[in-house]
Amino acid sequence: MSKHTLSVLVENTPGILARIAALFSRRGFNIDSLAVGVTEHPEISRITIVVNVIEELPLEQVTKQLNKLVNVLKIVELEPGSAVQRELVLVKVRADNETRSQIVEIVQLFRAKTVDVSPEAVTIEATGGSDKLTAMLKMLEPYGIKELVQSGTIAIGRGSRSITDRSLRALDRSA
Amino acid sequence: MPCAPEFSYLDSASAELGRTGGRSGIPSDHTGALPSLAFWHEGFFVAPVPAVQQSNTVQTSQKTLSIEKRMPMTEQATGAHHPQPRPRSGGQHSAPVEHVTGAQSLIRSLEEVGADTVFGIPGGAILPAYDPLMDSTRVRHILVRHEQGAGHAATGYAQATGKVGVCMATSGPGATNLVTPIADAHMDSVPMVAITGQVASKAIGTDAFQEADIVGITMPITKHNFLVTKAEDIPRVIAQAFHIASTGRPGPVLVDIAKDALQARTTFSWPPTMDLPGYRPVTKPHAKQIREAAKLITAAKRPVLYVGGGVLKAQATAELKVLAELTGAPVTTTLMALGAFPDTHPLHLGMPGMHGSVAAVTGLQKADLIVALGARFDDRVTGKLDSFAPYAKIVHADVDPAEIGKNRAADVPIVGDAREVLADLIQAVQKEHTESGPGDYTAWWKDLSRWRETYPLGYDQPADGSLSPQQVIERIGQLAPDGTVFAAGVGQHQMWAAHFIQYEKPATWLNSGGAGTMGYAVPAAMGAKAGVPSKTVWAIDGDGCFQMTNQELTTCALNNIPIKVAIINNGALGMVRQWQTLFYNQRYSNTVLHSGPEADGKQPSAGTRVPDFVKLSEAMGCYAIRCEDPADLDKVIEEANSINDRPVVVDFIVHEDAMVWPMVAAGTSNDEIMAARDVRPDFGDNEDD
Repeated sequence: MSKHTLSVLVENTPGILARIAALFSRRGFNIDSLAVGVTEHPEISRITIVVNVIEELPLEQVTKQLNKLVNVLKIVELEPGSAVQRELVLVKVRADNETRSQIVEIVQLFRAKTVDVSPEAVTIEATGGSDKLTAMLKMLEPYGIKELVQSGTIAIGRGSRSITDRSLRALDRSA
Repeated sequence: MPCAPEFSYLDSASAELGRTGGRSGIPSDHTGALPSLAFWHEGFFVAPVPAVQQSNTVQTSQKTLSIEKRMPMTEQATGAHHPQPRPRSGGQHSAPVEHVTGAQSLIRSLEEVGADTVFGIPGGAILPAYDPLMDSTRVRHILVRHEQGAGHAATGYAQATGKVGVCMATSGPGATNLVTPIADAHMDSVPMVAITGQVASKAIGTDAFQEADIVGITMPITKHNFLVTKAEDIPRVIAQAFHIASTGRPGPVLVDIAKDALQARTTFSWPPTMDLPGYRPVTKPHAKQIREAAKLITAAKRPVLYVGGGVLKAQATAELKVLAELTGAPVTTTLMALGAFPDTHPLHLGMPGMHGSVAAVTGLQKADLIVALGARFDDRVTGKLDSFAPYAKIVHADVDPAEIGKNRAADVPIVGDAREVLADLIQAVQKEHTESGPGDYTAWWKDLSRWRETYPLGYDQPADGSLSPQQVIERIGQLAPDGTVFAAGVGQHQMWAAHFIQYEKPATWLNSGGAGTMGYAVPAAMGAKAGVPSKTVWAIDGDGCFQMTNQELTTCALNNIPIKVAIINNGALGMVRQWQTLFYNQRYSNTVLHSGPEADGKQPSAGTRVPDFVKLSEAMGCYAIRCEDPADLDKVIEEANSINDRPVVVDFIVHEDAMVWPMVAAGTSNDEIMAARDVRPDFGDNEDD
C-alpha cells in the first residue's frame, strides 16, 4: 500500500464533490484525506486527495477514471519531495494549573498556537505535515485529549510553476 | 479562437475519404479495396481530427500524472453526424433569436441537433415539453408503454442508425424506470440522451410528489449528467449532452430539467456555445505506439486480432478488413462486435469468451500477440484473468484510456479512435512489410484450422422430434432478407443467435452485452425498426425475456413499427436452468416458467401455455403464429417474413434441455473450455509453442 497526493482541478459546479467521492467508492479506491476549496479563480475548485493505493488498483486507474469525469480539468500528483503538504489540527487538551505550563511548552516546541484557554482545558491550533502533527498529538496524549478535529491535507508544488495556469487558458477559450 | 466546437455537416463521403486517405496514406490499391466507403461519414465518430499534442499523454507511463486532458474543443471530433448538425463556432453567425418557453427551447434544440425520433411517456414534470412536441414536424415522438421500453428503444435506434438515441420520461418513477436501460447503454457504450422532467427547482430536495434525485441515481451509470434549473441553459446543455454522448467513448447522458425551467420564458438561438473545458477525448493515436504495434504484428508467430464493440462504434470495419487481409492474422469478434468482420471470412475464428468458439478461445489462449481493438478484456472474454492468454504480448487500442491496463497490462498501449488507429496501423504494417517482410503465420494457421475444423459450432437434434432452438434460430438467419437486423434478449437464445446467425455487416446485431439485460430484445428491435424502417428487424427472444417487455408490441402495432419476434419458448429460464443442470445437481429452483411451484422441471412438459403468447400477441395487435413441428419451421418463418403491415410474433415451442456449447465455466480458466458436455477439446501437449 502506498500513499499519493493528488491535486485535482475541477469546474466549480454543483455535485462535483459527489461525483468524485462516488467514483472512489464504486471503483474501490481508498481516500485517506480530502480537502476542497476554490482557487484564485472562482470558476475552478481544487480538491486535494490523499489516496491509498493497493497493488490491484494502481494509481494509474485512479487518475484515468478521475480524468473521465467531464468536470475534472486536470490532475497532478504532488511528490512529497517537491511539494509542501499541510494539515490543520484543532485539539482540546485537558489542563489544570499543574499541567498547563507543560502543555504550553509542548505547544511552543511544535510552533503551534494556543487559541483558547479555560480552567480545565487548552485548545491548540497546529499546522504541519502529518508526521509533525502525529508527534505533537503523541506528546499531548498523556494529558488527555478531550476533542480533536483535523482538516484534510492540502498541498502545493514548490517553485514558481503553477498548475492552474494552463487549465485556466482552456477555460478562457471556452468562455 | 473561441472554444465553441465547430458544428458542421460533413459535406460528403468523398471529402471525408480524401482526408482520411491523404492523412493516413492508405495506398491507392488498398483504398480501392475498402468496401462501402460511403458510410464512413456516418456514425458515432466524425473522422479525422487535426493532430493533437501527445507529449503529455497518459498512455505509457504510470508516473506521468500531469495528465492534463488534451485537445481544446475546437480540435476534436464533435460527434453527431449525418444528418445531425453540429454547432458552428459561436459568434460567427448571428442566429436569429426566438422568444420561446423553456419547453419550446428544448424541442427546438432537439430539432437542431437532429433528433428525429424520441421514445417516451409524458407525466407531470415533463408535461410542458410535450405541448410543443405535439407541433414539431421534425421530431417524431413514439409513445411507449413503459419507460424501460423507451430506453432500450433509444439504444436499439442508436445501434442500428449510428445516431444518438433519445428517450424522455417524467420525474420520479418515470425517470427511475429509465435506470436499467441507461445502465445497459453505459455498459455497452451506446450513445443515448435521456431527458427527464424534474419537480420545480424550488421543490427539489423537499420530497415533493414524484421527486427522485435522478442525477444522483444515474451518476455512476451515465457518461455525464446535467440538472437544468434555468430555461436559458437548455440549448447549451442539450448540445453538450449530444456531443458528450456521441464522441470519444460513446455513452448515455441524462438531462434532468426542472418543470419551472420548462415553463419559463426565454430566448432561443442556435447554435449555442458549448462550455466543456474538461472534456477532450483523444482520437488520434500516438505514432510511436503505432510503429511498435506494427513491429510486434510482423514479428509475431501466433497473433490474434481481438476485436470489440469499439470497432463498430468507430465505423472502422472497412479498415479492420484491410488490416486483417494485409497481415493475414486471425480475427475474433466479441459479442459486442459481431458484424464488425464478416462471419464467413476465412480469417474469422468466431466469438471468444465463455460461449466462444473453440478456435477463438484457444486461439487467444495460445497466442503470442493479442491486438485488442476497441475491446476491454471483459471477464466473460478472459475467463479467469490470471490464466488468460499467458504467452501473449498485448497491444491494446481503445479510445478510453482507462480501459487500457485496467484488467490486463498492455505492452503497447494506444489511445485513439479505432478507425484512426486502424488506418495508421495499416500504413505502419505496410512499412514494416516493405522493410522486413510480412509475418509468417503458416504454422499458426495449421493449428487454428485444425481447431476450427475439429470443433465447429454445432448442435444435436432433440431425440423426441421436438424443435431444436438452435435450428429455429439458424433457419431464421438463413431465411431473413439481406441486411436484416437481429436483436436478442439475454440468455441461451442470445448465445445461439450469436452462434448460428451469420453476421456479415455492421449494425445488424443488437444485444445487451455488458449489462445482460433480460427484456432488451423487443424494445430494442422496435427502436431499430423505427430508425431504419426499410430493414427487416427480427427480435430473437426467450420466453423469460419476452414476459419482461412484450408490452412494447402494442407500441409497435399502433405506430406502424412492424418488427418480427421469435419467442424461443422452452418454458424455462434456459440459461439459469443450464447452470442448474451443470452445477446445481439438476435442482431446478424457480426456473420453470410455465408451471406453478409444484413443477420440479425434471419431467419434460409441453407446458401450460400460460401465458398463451399467440393470444397475448394478437391482443396487442400483432399477427401471431405458433410453431411446434420441425416440419413447419421454414413455412412459418417465410410466412412471418412475408407480413410487413404489422408486428409478427412466432411462438416456437422448443426442446427445454438444449444447452449452449462450447462453455467455459464461470471462474475457471479458458484452458478448461468444454466443446460440449463432458467433451474437453484435445489440444495435445506439444502445441504450446
